[in-house]
Amino acid sequence: MDPGFVVATFWRLMAALPLTLEVWALSVLIGGVIAMGLTWMRVGGSKPLAALSRGYVFVFRGSPLLIQLFVIYYGLSSFAFIRQSFVWPLLRDAFPCAVLSLALCTAAYTSEIFRGALAAVPNGQVEAARACGMSGFRLFRRVIFPIALRQALPAYSTEVISMTKATALVSLVTLWDMMSVALKIRNDTLVTYTPLLVAGAIYFVLNFLIARAFMAIEYRLSTHLRPRLA
Amino acid sequence: MTEPCAIAVVDMRKRFGGLEVLKGVSLTARDGDVISILGASGSGKSTFLRCINLLETPDAGTVTVAGETIAMRKRRDGKAEPGDWRQVDRIRSQLGMVFQSFNLWSHMTVLENLIEAPVHVQKRPRAQCIEEAHALLKKVGIGDKADYYPSHLSGGQQQRAAIARALAMRPKVMLFDEPTSALDPELVGEVLRVMRALAEEGRTMLVVTHEMSFARDVSSHVMFLHQGVVEAEGPPAELFGACKSERFRQFISGQARQG
Repeated sequence: MDPGFVVATFWRLMAALPLTLEVWALSVLIGGVIAMGLTWMRVGGSKPLAALSRGYVFVFRGSPLLIQLFVIYYGLSSFAFIRQSFVWPLLRDAFPCAVLSLALCTAAYTSEIFRGALAAVPNGQVEAARACGMSGFRLFRRVIFPIALRQALPAYSTEVISMTKATALVSLVTLWDMMSVALKIRNDTLVTYTPLLVAGAIYFVLNFLIARAFMAIEYRLSTHLRPRLA
Repeated sequence: MTEPCAIAVVDMRKRFGGLEVLKGVSLTARDGDVISILGASGSGKSTFLRCINLLETPDAGTVTVAGETIAMRKRRDGKAEPGDWRQVDRIRSQLGMVFQSFNLWSHMTVLENLIEAPVHVQKRPRAQCIEEAHALLKKVGIGDKADYYPSHLSGGQQQRAAIARALAMRPKVMLFDEPTSALDPELVGEVLRVMRALAEEGRTMLVVTHEMSFARDVSSHVMFLHQGVVEAEGPPAELFGACKSERFRQFISGQARQG
């Protein structure tokens, strides 16, 4: 391996890191908001809404993300009514399509994580809150959410990490993320290992940092689970 | 016009599926009354207590707390439901509930558990609530545990913290649902001592319990439930002395053998 080539590759890949991070952050954010809506539909008590939410999870968890991405980017444009509608300026470009498909997909997984965390909130603690006169949003905000959040974090951090890796798929819809730059270097130079390994290392460091961030949050929120320091 | 009772329950009924758990139970507690509710498991005593603050919705009957009757209405499918949840919340905050399994909020310290409802439900000033909370913790004997989390306390300490949490709302009536049943035998005493002290200072209390000595020595009134009806009731001296109910005599002799 030529060190000069490694360094050059590294900086070319780093130049594409912002786009990878943008796709990741936006899809995690938007996916999280959709997931909250899905979870609320699922546990809110309305049977039709719960069925809709279940159907959503069934479809988006059950099919490959790559197919979802291609259907949204290449498929939607074949419908005239979409080309004529107000969403077209967005769906015409690869970036919004990539963010949208990643967000829709992660929302399905995330809503299941949220649902599990809610279901694991001890009923006794909820009853105690009700017995004190808490109900509705106050009960959720003060008791249910803080407990559920602590239970969701480990699984949710895994989902967030898996999303950085999923962003590599957007290289297939013409976006210049790290993965597509790595493939371009490989095509241009016919050197396979260096660009892929350097890209892999950058993803690895990125995920390491995300994992540490989640660990720090978990640590802060779990004082009650650690032995007390005298 | 008579003075309103602390709690009046009239003809409460509750059915779970095909099983009728309460078949018309009534109870009146005046201020300062300590009423022990006894009965074998499945007799409906816990359900009765939980129906008073609407943790279970009674099918029929009325609950009146300090003169205010909880409004109920019929749903379209015939089941009863509270007519106004805000009224239920308001009345619940006047009833301090102590659970068998403590149910302290695990993510809050003991102090935070105590001030939660006073600050966020009753909207009282935080500083005043903190001051009161410290006094209550001292009173139940865990004044040094304010910044501990529930998981750092023994069962007896957790239950005393839970009693303090209920008291922090300045409730008109305290409801105890088998407060010592989940405790190791050597921890039961410390909780009973706190409850006895509360009774002596004139707190109005409804206590579902298996502690015969508490029922006999501390309460002003004992109610014995059997299969969803009041089988026997009266002052403890009368009931434990010469009760006409064969079932109650069997029940207490059974408890004595276990105890």
